Amino acid sequence: MAPTLAAFCVGFIWPFLHGLYLSFCQFTTVDNAKWVGLGNYAKAFADTSFIDSFYFTVAFVIVAATIINVTAFAIALALTKELKGTNIFRTVFFMPNLIGGIVLGYIWQTLFNAVLMKLGQPLLALNTQAGYWGLIILLCWQQIGYMMIIYVAGLQNISPDLMEAAAIDGANHWQTLLKVKLPMVMPSITICLFLTITNAFKLFDQNLSLTAGEPAHTTEMMALNIYYTFYARAGAAWKGIGQAKAVIFFLLVVIIGLTQLRATRSKEVQQ
Amino acid sequence: MKRIFALMMSLVMCAGLAACGSSETASGEDTASVYYLNFKPEQNAQWKELAKIYEEETGVPVTVVTAASGDYETTLMAEMGKSNAPTLFQVNGPVGLKNWADYCYDLTGSDVMSQLTSDSYALKNEDGSVAGIAYVIESYGIIANKTLLKKAGYSIDDITSFETLKAVAEDITARKDELGFAAFTSAGMDGSSDWRFKTHLANLPLYFEYQANDIDSTDAIKGTYLDQYRAIWDLYINNSTCSPAELSAKTGDDSRNEFLAGKAVFFQNGSWEYSDLVGEGKFKDEDLAMIPIYFGVGDEANQGLCTGTENYWCVNNSASEEDIQATLDFMNWCVTSEVGTTAMCGGKGAMPSGEAGMGFVIPFKDALESSNLFVKQDAEMTAAGKTPVSWNFSTMPSEEWKNGVGSALTAYAANQTDDNWAAVVSAFVDGWATEYQLANS
Repeated sequence: MAPTLAAFCVGFIWPFLHGLYLSFCQFTTVDNAKWVGLGNYAKAFADTSFIDSFYFTVAFVIVAATIINVTAFAIALALTKELKGTNIFRTVFFMPNLIGGIVLGYIWQTLFNAVLMKLGQPLLALNTQAGYWGLIILLCWQQIGYMMIIYVAGLQNISPDLMEAAAIDGANHWQTLLKVKLPMVMPSITICLFLTITNAFKLFDQNLSLTAGEPAHTTEMMALNIYYTFYARAGAAWKGIGQAKAVIFFLLVVIIGLTQLRATRSKEVQQ
Repeated sequence: MKRIFALMMSLVMCAGLAACGSSETASGEDTASVYYLNFKPEQNAQWKELAKIYEEETGVPVTVVTAASGDYETTLMAEMGKSNAPTLFQVNGPVGLKNWADYCYDLTGSDVMSQLTSDSYALKNEDGSVAGIAYVIESYGIIANKTLLKKAGYSIDDITSFETLKAVAEDITARKDELGFAAFTSAGMDGSSDWRFKTHLANLPLYFEYQANDIDSTDAIKGTYLDQYRAIWDLYINNSTCSPAELSAKTGDDSRNEFLAGKAVFFQNGSWEYSDLVGEGKFKDEDLAMIPIYFGVGDEANQGLCTGTENYWCVNNSASEEDIQATLDFMNWCVTSEVGTTAMCGGKGAMPSGEAGMGFVIPFKDALESSNLFVKQDAEMTAAGKTPVSWNFSTMPSEEWKNGVGSALTAYAANQTDDNWAAVVSAFVDGWATEYQLANS
């Protein structure tokens, strides 16, 4: 246990505390920090681009998490039926998850631009709508397979006795789905929702490579906004403000994640 | 359980601190060494080779690390936080210096400083101390394919002003199908290419405004010459290999490949492109020429290339005294020794290993003549009495300002209305005031 704990402290606790401290400082490198108090937080909240990126992120998370989970569950249902080749399908659906975000972003950028060009629409860098839906399509494509695997495992874990009992009681397909399957896979739904919501909230690589926030910061999510605060500004004050934004961001992710966990946990049933 | 946890935590913390402490003393006892964080990925191999030769000659170890393209600032920040920080690093000018001024050793009176051909190549703090030394001078302009120009019925001497450039470009566009090539390569606004326009081209309205007001930086730009900026941007995007609406997705490689494939006559870029354009299966020196970016302002007959630097060497003042001295010695050796100057200035086969040299023009007394065609042209033009356009873009208030102008330029290219141009003007003028204030508050 000790090595794990040591690794946890070195790799997480200590950087976290140091990061928290730095959010109250003006600094260029991490060991040369000057305490400035709450000023960084005031400036972070006064930055309209940060607030805008928050709304954009929320709009993105709600739509992306819904589409991913509904589709993943539907595919999982289909692939737990006794069909030929389900294993091949499962593998195929899972594969996009193995490709890194930056690479995906660039590939999809080329694809979307080609389609937009054919349609005579403004390209991604000039098209907020396309950027928003582009990000959603990209994340869905990447994550549906992963969530599907979790749902498949959940569905396979449902005891055949329950299904048989439902069939004997005369439940039809919809009734079995809503009254038996859904309550039984609640733990999978909890974990899938948690993963999709937090991942979508923290999305960075795909955002950077697909739209880079263009046009004019309108497709910029919170992580990218923090990155730009850090590196696209000149002057000593900005690193601290970026750090303060990062702490706020962390708190948001924790609050949203925990609220969601509590809400779905309460619906789980004991077998 | 909680108590055990707390105990273990504190033990681990102590162990961690002790480990840090011991490693620091260990590094302090080392002999002097140099750690150069290089900005130019193109010259990574040459710097590594030079470092090895220097170590063999003097016994002082030199480490060269090159940051990935576009990642210098992030890499520098991370490296400077370490116990073995770079002793030699780079800033790109007055605005870049703002972040790093606290780390710059005062180079006044150093050997390498005395080698500079002109004091103007030193980057100074407000108090007059020397924070950085320029080590390479570069030029940019419009690179022209002379062969294609001849095919279109013109010669390079026909272009002497913005008006003549416009006439030639528009004539080529009118006969595009018959000729089989366009006037300009795509003015791509992808991140790999947009700096050519939001930074380098934007330098011209900046330069002429600074000239007119006799200043070398400002907290509020007026945008006196933005109409000319619009005129040349119109020329670039409407006489190009592709439709202006596609520019937002075009990359730097696209543009270079179009030029290499002979699909366009003109290509706005700098002397650093030389090694990519000339060589086996590519162009020969006699095929190419670099002409000034004519802007329709001032004395165009005597306008030279845009020549300057955004590469300043700085020495880390938090390094140990021995390391600082070793670094100064290494810099001086690079610009005075035969091996060093040959490597920095030479072209084909200039490195002792037989590889190509860096091909720089260096602002030091022992500089050798560069083999780079564009650099030679710059020297010829200056000798002929033309005035080079200085690099004022290093005074642009922040990266954010450049991004704002770039975004607006891209939107304007796709839909060339007066309203969209007003957005460019606003990003240029209002954006400047805002960003300047944010950077200096």
